[in-house]
Amino acid sequence: MEKAFIKKVQIGDAMDRVDARLKVSGAARYAAEYTLKSVVYGVLVTSTIAKGSIKEMDTRAAEKAPGVLAIINHKNAPKVPGHQAGTDNEGSRVYGQEFRLFYDNKIYHNDQPIALAIASTPEQAEHAASLIKVHYAQEKHQTNSKANTSNAITPARGKDYSRGTAYAFKNAPVNLELEYGTPIQVHNPMEPHATTAVWEGATKVTVYNKTQATKLSQQEIMKAFDLKEENVQAISPFVGGAFGSSSRVWPQEMAAIMGAKVTGKPVKVALKRDQVFNMVGYRPRSIQKIGIGATAEGILTGITHEAFTSTSQYEQFTERIVDPTKTLYNCPNLNTAYKLIPLDMSTPCWTRGPGETSGSFALESAMDELAYALNIDPLALRLKNYAPSDPEKNLPWSSNYLKECYQMGADRFGWNKRTPTPGSMRKDEWQVGMGMAAGIYKSERDAASAIATVLANGSVVVQSAVADVGPGSATIFTQIAADVLAMDVKQVTFEWGNSKLPKAPGQFGSHTTASVGSAIYEVCTLLKKKLQELAITMPNSELARAQQNDLVVEEGTVGLKNKQIQLSYADILKSHALPQVQVSTESKGGGPEQEKYSGKSFCANFVEVRVHSLTGEVRVNRVVSAVDCGRVVNKKTATSQVYGSITWGIGIALMEEAKLDHRYGRHLNNDLAEYHVPTCADVPPIEVLFVDKPDPVIDPMGAKGIGEIPLVGFSAAIANAVYHATGKRIRELPITPDKLL
Amino acid sequence: MNNFQYIRTTSTKAAIDAVAKDPDARFIAGGTNLLDLMKRGIVSPEKLVDISRLPLNKIEREASGVRIGAMALNSEVAENAFIKEKFPLLAQALQAGASAQLRNMATVGGNILQRTRCHYFYDTSLPCNKREPGTGCGALEGNNHMHAIFGFSEKCIAVHPSDMCVALAALDATVLVSGPTGDRKIAFADFHRLPGDKPHVDTVLEKNELITAVTLPDSPFTKNVHYLKVRERASYAFALVSVAAGLQLENDTIQRACLAMGGVAHKPWRLASAEKALIGKKVTEATFRQAAEIAMQGAKSFEHNAYKLKLAPNAIVQALKTAAGIA
Repeated sequence: MEKAFIKKVQIGDAMDRVDARLKVSGAARYAAEYTLKSVVYGVLVTSTIAKGSIKEMDTRAAEKAPGVLAIINHKNAPKVPGHQAGTDNEGSRVYGQEFRLFYDNKIYHNDQPIALAIASTPEQAEHAASLIKVHYAQEKHQTNSKANTSNAITPARGKDYSRGTAYAFKNAPVNLELEYGTPIQVHNPMEPHATTAVWEGATKVTVYNKTQATKLSQQEIMKAFDLKEENVQAISPFVGGAFGSSSRVWPQEMAAIMGAKVTGKPVKVALKRDQVFNMVGYRPRSIQKIGIGATAEGILTGITHEAFTSTSQYEQFTERIVDPTKTLYNCPNLNTAYKLIPLDMSTPCWTRGPGETSGSFALESAMDELAYALNIDPLALRLKNYAPSDPEKNLPWSSNYLKECYQMGADRFGWNKRTPTPGSMRKDEWQVGMGMAAGIYKSERDAASAIATVLANGSVVVQSAVADVGPGSATIFTQIAADVLAMDVKQVTFEWGNSKLPKAPGQFGSHTTASVGSAIYEVCTLLKKKLQELAITMPNSELARAQQNDLVVEEGTVGLKNKQIQLSYADILKSHALPQVQVSTESKGGGPEQEKYSGKSFCANFVEVRVHSLTGEVRVNRVVSAVDCGRVVNKKTATSQVYGSITWGIGIALMEEAKLDHRYGRHLNNDLAEYHVPTCADVPPIEVLFVDKPDPVIDPMGAKGIGEIPLVGFSAAIANAVYHATGKRIRELPITPDKLL
Repeated sequence: MNNFQYIRTTSTKAAIDAVAKDPDARFIAGGTNLLDLMKRGIVSPEKLVDISRLPLNKIEREASGVRIGAMALNSEVAENAFIKEKFPLLAQALQAGASAQLRNMATVGGNILQRTRCHYFYDTSLPCNKREPGTGCGALEGNNHMHAIFGFSEKCIAVHPSDMCVALAALDATVLVSGPTGDRKIAFADFHRLPGDKPHVDTVLEKNELITAVTLPDSPFTKNVHYLKVRERASYAFALVSVAAGLQLENDTIQRACLAMGGVAHKPWRLASAEKALIGKKVTEATFRQAAEIAMQGAKSFEHNAYKLKLAPNAIVQALKTAAGIA
């Protein structure tokens, strides 16, 4: 508790969240909570077929309904210049033609938004939406990945990979060929997506949305509506979870912008829970084949990983599903292939630990299966095949403490108490099992800008457009600024979540701390220098004869090391007659120095489960997660990040599955009663261990990515524990009781 | 969702009259199910008659047994000291249901009348004979992971989702009902229907009738009881299979037994033959296994719920073992 009262914080401290009070008191405003003057409400109507076209849409009753201002559909929607321009495969983040709302009468997926009912109240809009009658020309659809692997395509942006001899596993003394699968999983953040859009004249639009990337939102809207940068603003300071689902501009943003254009009023569009299931992306189903071979001593000689994931008919969504396989182990012969199955569904989207999470389930399950085939301890097998450098890029690691993770985790967990035979650790009617898995995830740094300003009262404001979707970024950036400036954290304000602020990359891919943190580190360092100069050059300065190197900047002052002279920021500004002093920086991403290294975060997860011998229920007893994420910037928020990943991992391993009826191509369990995520009762004590050693390359804080790494491999750790408990190997997630009976 | 009228009534008679004179009126109490159904467009009443403030929420001891008012909240019943002492199986079943928030809103009467959670029932663009007679059963050849293994028809294979009702079935409850023509009592076993040719009719309750209370006779099952709910997560999930089990033991011989299952049929599924088979037997796993086999006679599965044929008897054994204290 004492930490909460410490004023001077440093990088590494467990500082409380700067927005904690706002969040717990309800004062933090989320996307659906901006109620602008004269705002009206839009409700999206969605298709009930998966493929075909709209023959007729009867909107007469809806138009006459009370309070209705407009019904917008493909026949009357304002033209979107970016949609008219067609496919942009150079500039788009996903290959193909983005979904174009109300563009024509084509239906590409079930629950596709096809009309927007706008009315004075949400209830009136809801009612009007229910009165719209649609007649379709239905065509035969395909939504089943498994049944369509023969139609798989090689993605335009995905290359097969090979080193050494392909399929070498087949000639290994011990080898296995295994197939794994993961279902569609849906981000399902607590906060459903919402947008309020407001136009000023015909050329300027502001959106209050839910996004992980205000700058990307702004750029995508600019491009779609052919607007200037200074005329598009995306505002999103608080986000109630996103997990990748808010990394693009989606139909609710487009609908609100179009609706506001048509009505001349601010329009709010909030998605309902069922609409979150396929309007804002999802993690695609994966079908994966792993071939793995080793010597009798357990030295890997060959791995082959072939993966399929699904995509839509209009875009090729690819993810890094085979990437952990390429780099986690020191295997000389390795080949990967990745194919996409186009289906009559919406485009998937990055979902926490995108690609790596599904891919590592297969890889880390296969490692466990190999360990049993070899009769070697699963942890020992991993240690034998530790990669001393990046075997894919042939580069040294920027830092790699995976061995320390193994050691710390195993010690804390008591891995040595595990008896290897499956089913050997029973407790009453519960079969107990222990499993582990390793994880690897890219750790990079992107370009980012920041501005730091000293105000006349001596306080400091630091700004970046970056989002904080929950990890505590605003807190650690405040902390980094306060540390660099060595000043009272209460005198530092961080402003974020607005595209008007200095450019920042999206909050995804575990690179926010490294990218934006570096910019803040640099801009505060610049500010220090600027204040030193100003202290020396101020009229009649007591420091006039001092060298800049001799000056200490701390506690809101510039002074001598012996503290005999200390000039406050306020006095420095006053004597220069400056209302404020501002510096800005554009921090570069991975420069030439970084290109000499491979940057990755690592983890080792240890899990104990119990499986009821009669009912097949699986419960997680305890988890130890050991993480190498470089230097930990804030122990508290970092630990929460790991809790989040582990909770996700429990969901992925044991319960999450979006079920479709392929006859209709429709989601069946699209609400939070039926789509299961872990409840508090499903989450056991989680022990988080950090190696906490700085990475010397990636950024000046020594931090690496943390948001996704603990999830990578985690579902395999549970599956491996279930095997150890029961002797049953479940290769198709989730591990539900029916599969264990 | 349509516009609808909302009225509050102060007496049972006024409530019944209000619904009786308007064909599109419905009672609403906690609303934990009805509002979902309205939002999804499954029902669209023109008028809601709020009965949640009627004086029907008392839990009263009777000469023999207990009378639980229909408006008593699920959480109130679950935490009632007398219920916990004399009808612990009911308290356990209630605690296993839904979430704390829902239990604080849901009433006893509403719990009895909750609709199935079948996916096809909840999506108005999919076929469902229960929602729209004549459209077919989407689950029959679709995703029937959660569906019935007993008492279904070709028209409907949905299951009743309540936990509380499984305990009420096991404990020989009676449902007290008031209607425009007077009061009647319905044995719990007769209250819910099997789907047959009319899956859209869940119960024998007439449209204008209101459940006023549930009564339970004195129960010998005060000690050796267990409500086992097998589910895909530890809380807030509908049962794959649930079992309400009660034993009256003398030394380790079974004098009487009560046994019912949830998640297996269109109604709470009382296991009368298995109960009989237990009487006079010693408490052993073999005894329970034998009873479970009797209970499973006539069970049939579909493409995605064959696991229930294994899970249900296992759950019966586990529930009985726990009740007997030999788990």
